Amino acid sequence: MASVTMKEQDMRSVTARSRAGSVLAKGMTYLFLMVMALIVLFPFYWMINSSLKTLAEYRLSVPTFWPKTVIWSNYAEAFTTARLGQLFLNTLLVGVVSTLLSLVITVLSAFAFARLEFKGKNVMFGALLATMMIPGELFTITNYRTVNDFGWLNTYTVLIVPFLVSVCYIYLLRQNFLQIPNELYLAAKVDGTSDFKYLWTVMIPLSLPTLISITILKMMGAWNSYIWPRLVANDAAHQMVTNGLRNAFKDAAGDQTNYPVQMAAVALVSFPLFLVYIFLRKYIMKGVSRSGIKG
Amino acid sequence: MVDSKQQWKAWIYLAPAIVLLLVFTVWPIINTVIMAFQNDYNAMAAVGGQTFTIGIENFKRAVEYRNFLTCLKNTALLCVITVPASTLLALLISAALNSIGPLKKALTTVFFLPYVTNSIAIGMVFAAMFNMVRTVRVVQTAGIINNVIMFFGGEPINWINAGSTYWANMTVMIIYIIWNALPFKILILLGGMQSINKQYYDAAKVDGSSRSRILWRITVPLLSPMIAYVVITGFIGGFKEYTSIVGVFGETMGPVSDKGRLNTMVGYIYDTLPRSDYGRASAAALILFGIILVVTLINLWVSKKRVHY
Repeated sequence: MASVTMKEQDMRSVTARSRAGSVLAKGMTYLFLMVMALIVLFPFYWMINSSLKTLAEYRLSVPTFWPKTVIWSNYAEAFTTARLGQLFLNTLLVGVVSTLLSLVITVLSAFAFARLEFKGKNVMFGALLATMMIPGELFTITNYRTVNDFGWLNTYTVLIVPFLVSVCYIYLLRQNFLQIPNELYLAAKVDGTSDFKYLWTVMIPLSLPTLISITILKMMGAWNSYIWPRLVANDAAHQMVTNGLRNAFKDAAGDQTNYPVQMAAVALVSFPLFLVYIFLRKYIMKGVSRSGIKG
Repeated sequence: MVDSKQQWKAWIYLAPAIVLLLVFTVWPIINTVIMAFQNDYNAMAAVGGQTFTIGIENFKRAVEYRNFLTCLKNTALLCVITVPASTLLALLISAALNSIGPLKKALTTVFFLPYVTNSIAIGMVFAAMFNMVRTVRVVQTAGIINNVIMFFGGEPINWINAGSTYWANMTVMIIYIIWNALPFKILILLGGMQSINKQYYDAAKVDGSSRSRILWRITVPLLSPMIAYVVITGFIGGFKEYTSIVGVFGETMGPVSDKGRLNTMVGYIYDTLPRSDYGRASAAALILFGIILVVTLINLWVSKKRVHY
């Protein structure tokens, strides 16, 4: 009898101790996550904080953590200094056109690979996947030369055409198409439905989430692309937003730079991305985790 | 039924993709190899009708060119430091996120936020945070990072301005690259953790295993395919590092006092293009491809021994 009570007591003290331990561990976990979250968010906070200061306040030796006087005009100045209106329009045009064309090409290719039977299908698909292994830098040298020979330098075409086909997206959509039962297709064929009608009324609606993911990632790609636009369309008329932003504030660490205005420009370029993230986060995360596209 | 009609239909559907891929993907691969193995190949001279002998002269020239080794060293160092560090940090954050209830969604949203940012734009923010503003050698603003260091009693450091040291520059880049690499890794690792069977954890709890033991003995082994995946993609991406450095330092790829100090392999290739020395550029691109291939194979080989599928 006595030994049983002893055991119960032991048990109780053990559970109490482990409960205390787990509360402590929970607290530590939250503390760790909060600190990391603050570090992740800090650059964004600092960008907005700096963008609203006067230059004099920005240069104070003891920094202020919120502007004493909020200077909204920095944003107007940034908009004109960096010619953001023009840059936004260029980027939007390139982004929308290349996304639409790219979607058409991706849907057609994915349909052929998922639904049609043809000789050499597997070989073709394998070859397509193999190109994904090769780093893009290998293509750039020849592509630069090719577009030069085509006379495409400093046009919108050069920003749109070379990257219309993304093997990654074809693969992603094909996987999605394969999940739609083949019987549906055969039934539609028996009813005399054309391929296009079937694509439009059955397959596209059923794989809409994937198509939305592709659209968002493609648009973000246009917004963030730097290397290729910088190389082939660096004139004022065709500059894209990332390239234009970097050029508008050339010396990164200069003493003369008007940082508040620069930070306002950076914020203006970042806000559209934040908006997309806030409202379409689900699609971005799904698209990224399934296609493995790394920024 | 499955007939010639479907045959040609399929090829028509594939035609746009195939044409574009032939011009902008397949031809470049072939042409890069051709250019790389023609000694001293130069686009201008080629247009003029000059012919070239076959050989490996371009590869020699690429390696011997003044900043090739610097570029290779920078790229390799950044990779070797940032990939393990960001993977470990992402693993800890994912494990922590996976173990909490309230705020989990909100925090996940926060941690994924850097993914959707523009790496040039945020690079400029990092530059501002580390920048010292001086007028006639008098420091006006030490930069918020230095302010924090001074708050804790340290000495301000010249991170990115003229006269800064190589390792000060590298530290800034390492911090920025890790900050940038975290979201993708967290997304993949957290997704992997959520699909681990809960029974393993219940069993471990019954055995009274400690938290760190559970993390290293259960989560990590079961997660090893995902860890291998983020490490491999991390190395591939790391060897192509370029825009993040342009973001912080601008196209000078280094502090004003020492331009090009932080240049990378990708930067090296692009620097050659306007000079139409395509032979050297192609050779450098093939060298980069070779390095990425070897590193990926090593990664796969290691993961074959370590990964539990």
